[in-house]
Amino acid sequence: MNSHEDNRTGVATNIVDAVVAILVLILGGVIIYGSRQLGSEWTSDGPGSGYFPFYIGLILVIAALGILYQSLAGKQKNTEIFVDREQLGRVFSVLIPAAVYVGAIQVIGIYVASAIYIALFMIILGKFSWIKSVTAALVVNVVFFMMFEVWFKVPLFKGAYDLLSFLGY
Amino acid sequence: MEELNALFHGFAVVMTPMNFLLMVVGIVLGVLIGVLPGLGGANGVAILLPLTFSMNPTSAIIMLSCIYWGALFGGAITSVLFNIPGEPWSVATTFDGYPMAQQGRAGEALTGAFTSSFVGAFVAVVMITFLAPLVAKFALKFGPPEFFSVYLLTFCSFVGMGKGSPFKILASMCIGFGLAAVGMDTVTGQLRLTFGWHELMRGFDFLIAVIGLFGIGEILMSMEEGLAFSGKSAKIDPKVVLQTWKKLPQYWATSIRASLIGIWMGITPGGATPASFMSYGIAKKMSKDGAKFGTGQLEGVVAPETAAHAAGTSALLPMLALGIPGSPTAAVLLGGLLIWGLQPGPLLFVEQKDFVWGLIASMYLGNLVGLLVVLTTVPLFASILRIPFSIIAPVIIVICAIGAYTVHNAMLDIWFMLLFGVIGYVFKKLDYPLAPLVLALVLGDKAEDSFRQAMLVSQGELSIMFSNPLVGSITTLALVLLLWPLISKLIALVKPPKQDEFAAERPVD
Repeated sequence: MNSHEDNRTGVATNIVDAVVAILVLILGGVIIYGSRQLGSEWTSDGPGSGYFPFYIGLILVIAALGILYQSLAGKQKNTEIFVDREQLGRVFSVLIPAAVYVGAIQVIGIYVASAIYIALFMIILGKFSWIKSVTAALVVNVVFFMMFEVWFKVPLFKGAYDLLSFLGY
Repeated sequence: MEELNALFHGFAVVMTPMNFLLMVVGIVLGVLIGVLPGLGGANGVAILLPLTFSMNPTSAIIMLSCIYWGALFGGAITSVLFNIPGEPWSVATTFDGYPMAQQGRAGEALTGAFTSSFVGAFVAVVMITFLAPLVAKFALKFGPPEFFSVYLLTFCSFVGMGKGSPFKILASMCIGFGLAAVGMDTVTGQLRLTFGWHELMRGFDFLIAVIGLFGIGEILMSMEEGLAFSGKSAKIDPKVVLQTWKKLPQYWATSIRASLIGIWMGITPGGATPASFMSYGIAKKMSKDGAKFGTGQLEGVVAPETAAHAAGTSALLPMLALGIPGSPTAAVLLGGLLIWGLQPGPLLFVEQKDFVWGLIASMYLGNLVGLLVVLTTVPLFASILRIPFSIIAPVIIVICAIGAYTVHNAMLDIWFMLLFGVIGYVFKKLDYPLAPLVLALVLGDKAEDSFRQAMLVSQGELSIMFSNPLVGSITTLALVLLLWPLISKLIALVKPPKQDEFAAERPVD
């Protein structure tokens, strides 16, 4: 399908599979540990708080070991490349700005952060002109503002420094 | 007869101008959600749920269920015109739908798809009308062990009927249960698994998980593929519609088969996607034009679409009658019921007649309105897909962030949404199914409650799960399904299995 199929470099899918399985294993262990502390035994007035989660943790550990076995020693292990560098780059080009955006929401609130995010995304990744991007960002956020604050009266997060406080909402 | 009276009462409830308006708004939003990458039925409803907090429950569920119908319709548009299935259950529609569009018969394919969707949904709603009250009446006698056995059946059937590694299905399910356990224990009031982090007291809300897993995860997937839409254009004029409608009755046998498959697969969880594939496979075998399937046969569009809609609709039956949803979207609707202060389960039919029958009546009307809306507005929605991805992607991420924040007005939830997005992306790439995770997260507390109550009754004896014929047979069926991957391997040793020819195309969901 892809022309660069031959020179793709990256980690094999089954290795990623194994790593995720180990993470699931750790999660299962944490759940077991947590529910042991809560009391996973039969207490005087019935099953303790950790009774049910304990078994969940146990199944999780068993499932993780199964996946680990299948990914490393199974017959049909998938040794294709999980993501190549180009794909990873594209994913991160969305993921990292998204994380920065969420961080920005914390500081300057949803509306301002969203407007800046949409505008920058369009300019940098979409190669749109300044005017088009800023207009689109403003229009989208004015619509959201009207919809949430004015019509449905659902206040959204304004951030630690509310730049829109002059609007009175 | 009692049901018919109740149903007409339901129509009376629904037929107010306001509800009708909400219905149309819901359908349009739903088709929009179904067409846009990154927004599907489940997370679309999840994002819009907070907007309905102030509405009355009947109007709210009418709007939300219409969003669901709209999303089911919308999936077909992208499959036929762009060869991109908007939803997993539209994958089978691309096999014949896209070739038809390439031959310039897009209008015919879309009319066929929409009409058969309507037929499938209609048959399923008729079934719900008469069967749901019976199931609910029957379930009124259920005690905790019976309920737990039904939960067990729900989750075991994911393992038995799902595709891919059973260990991954189990893992995904238990991650859901584990996340559901975080927070306040509903029985003892203890804080569980928060490890001293007080923000975690609220626990993980499944709406956040749905928005992250399906919304952000989908955007990351689309981004990785470097989406470039190259679609066929479609105009549906009345002449094409009439011509197609003239052709459709000759496929009556396919439609009936597909509806039945859809209903059966829809009641059991994880239904719509396997139902559409199964129906396509059977239609191919039974049809006299079977060999031509895949080259643009109208019948090949009718079969999967009818089954997918029948399944999508019947997924609401267990949600209404038992309080156990059959699909992630039904789970989100169930979450809505809880938020509006309604207790899902068999008592709903006794205590909230207006609500239940209003919803069922709105299923009839919503699908009819949906059919008319999609037939008239296809060009509009197709043009939305031509908006560059670099505008759509940030707007969808913003919508997801707003949706995640409004659930609890908590900033931390937006971070969790992002985290779930990464998990969704990795899990999708590794073929972990996401539906069991969401359903376990929704039902975790309730399944645990019924388990603990059952254990209290029996003083810790697991044998209560076999204490009477009813609970015993449900539990046995559940265990058979749980062990099905092993059993089918044993059968394969004795008798080599038939090859499933669509196994490779069928997505894990």
